[in-house]
Amino acid sequence: MTSRKSVVVHPDEIDRIYRNDSRKVYATLVRLLGDFDLAEEVMHDAFSAAVQKWPVEGIPGNPVSWLVSTARFKAVDMIRRRKRLAELHPELTRRVAELESLNGSPAGLEIQDDRLRLIFTCCHPAIDPKVQVPLTLREVCGLSTEEIARAFLVPSSTMAQRIVRGKAKIRKAGISFSIPSLTELPNRLDAVLSVIYLVFNEGYSASSGETLTRSHLSDEAIRLARLLLELLPHAEVSGLLALMLLHESRRDARTDDQGDIVLLEDQDRSRWNRGHIAEGQQLVEQSLRTGLAGTYTIQAAISAIHAEAPTSEETDWAQIVALYDVLLRFGENPIVELNRAVAVAMRDGVEFGLEIVDRLLLQETIEQYYLAHSARGEFLRRIGRHAEAIESFEKAASLAKQTPEIRFLQKKIAAVRSISKPT
Amino acid sequence: MKYMLLIYGNEDCWTEEERESCMIESMAISKELESQGKWCAASPLQSISTATSVRVRDGKQQIVDGPFAETTEQLGGYYIIDVDDLDEAIAIAARLPPSKKGTVEIRPLAPLPEVATPEKDTTASMDS
Repeated sequence: MTSRKSVVVHPDEIDRIYRNDSRKVYATLVRLLGDFDLAEEVMHDAFSAAVQKWPVEGIPGNPVSWLVSTARFKAVDMIRRRKRLAELHPELTRRVAELESLNGSPAGLEIQDDRLRLIFTCCHPAIDPKVQVPLTLREVCGLSTEEIARAFLVPSSTMAQRIVRGKAKIRKAGISFSIPSLTELPNRLDAVLSVIYLVFNEGYSASSGETLTRSHLSDEAIRLARLLLELLPHAEVSGLLALMLLHESRRDARTDDQGDIVLLEDQDRSRWNRGHIAEGQQLVEQSLRTGLAGTYTIQAAISAIHAEAPTSEETDWAQIVALYDVLLRFGENPIVELNRAVAVAMRDGVEFGLEIVDRLLLQETIEQYYLAHSARGEFLRRIGRHAEAIESFEKAASLAKQTPEIRFLQKKIAAVRSISKPT
Repeated sequence: MKYMLLIYGNEDCWTEEERESCMIESMAISKELESQGKWCAASPLQSISTATSVRVRDGKQQIVDGPFAETTEQLGGYYIIDVDDLDEAIAIAARLPPSKKGTVEIRPLAPLPEVATPEKDTTASMDS
């Protein structure tokens, strides 16, 4: 903790460190303290201390290490002061001794792995699968309960209960904060992969609000997948990483300067990130060669076909439909069927796609999905059924949650109106 | 951390021979755990046909022949172990022969609150 009095610390800088590093600090504290709530509390104390000290003393060389050390000292204080807390968690008192010996030395560099450790804890099979994903988003990624509730379309209070239940199970059942042994690892992987993908999607297309993309979350998901791949070179880990990289490659092209959505077919393909695409393609091929490819790899393969097509028209739609068929063999999925319908429309003609979408819309879950109505509206527009197209776009707009999505649909509606207006 | 492993299974699914080899294997596991300081207690239970259930309602004892609940799988034995975490408890539960035919339920023992108990030193000093 060297002081550099000459350094002027901008408050934004501390904000940035909080945004980027608070979850790393938190994961390490959870490992050291073995308690979520205490970790959360002392982490906030450590950041409060930083807000007071750093503007005076300058930002330490390794802020994460400083924050972990500071929080550790506060934890020891807090456990001592709250006798009752120590009674409720007898293991905490035992940890005080451990912590004190650690407090002599600065926090080490083992911090990177702690988030992975925490993911495996939150995705432990002894935790209800309905709880695993929100718990990871809350504890590992630091999403608010409100954001998670929106992503899962359940009330905030329900989501809060699930998270509390998950934390209590970890504490009371003695689920450890550790990376599973090699023999257990494959079993534990599926839940972890689905969590990482949900984190990516939350960042790639936030469930609501003004900003369509929150690249930070997507970067986090990609980083976690890379770390996981290093730890466990499994076909589906490659597949998932490939899938995320291929989506990520289009990030800049998928919105215009006003932040409005640009569809895949209208995107300026020269803006796609070729580095991401090349890495994604290589990972897909690697995964397919193992013969152990699953749903992530197949989805990545679909994305790779889009990535190598010079234009939408020149896309190998037949192969895309075939891959969606493979994907459906892994299990029924109305959203996969919706995407397949769009590919069928491109391969065989709009009427064929429309027929599938109309059938899908009879299902309740799909009926509430704005993209299904948006796809239907687009099909109807293309075959000149303008009044029905407007109706579908309006329905889609009423279900869409993000401002750019709604704006996109309103533009569509206006465009169809201007053509269909009798002159 | 202490856990109770509750052994559930259909009482009729074992032949005499299987039951005996199950007991021998279970005892060996108990011995091994004991040598590692991870064993607290364990025992098989007699059949549910020997069970008696007691309830006290409005000060009156109600005594009924039979178990708490008639189910297809019955509680047939238990272990109390002291291990590091749930993963270790799961690994031990998976080694127990009944896990292959029935179900082993793992329940952490709840810690007792630290209340002053009227025994040992305190009572002794009060008496003198």
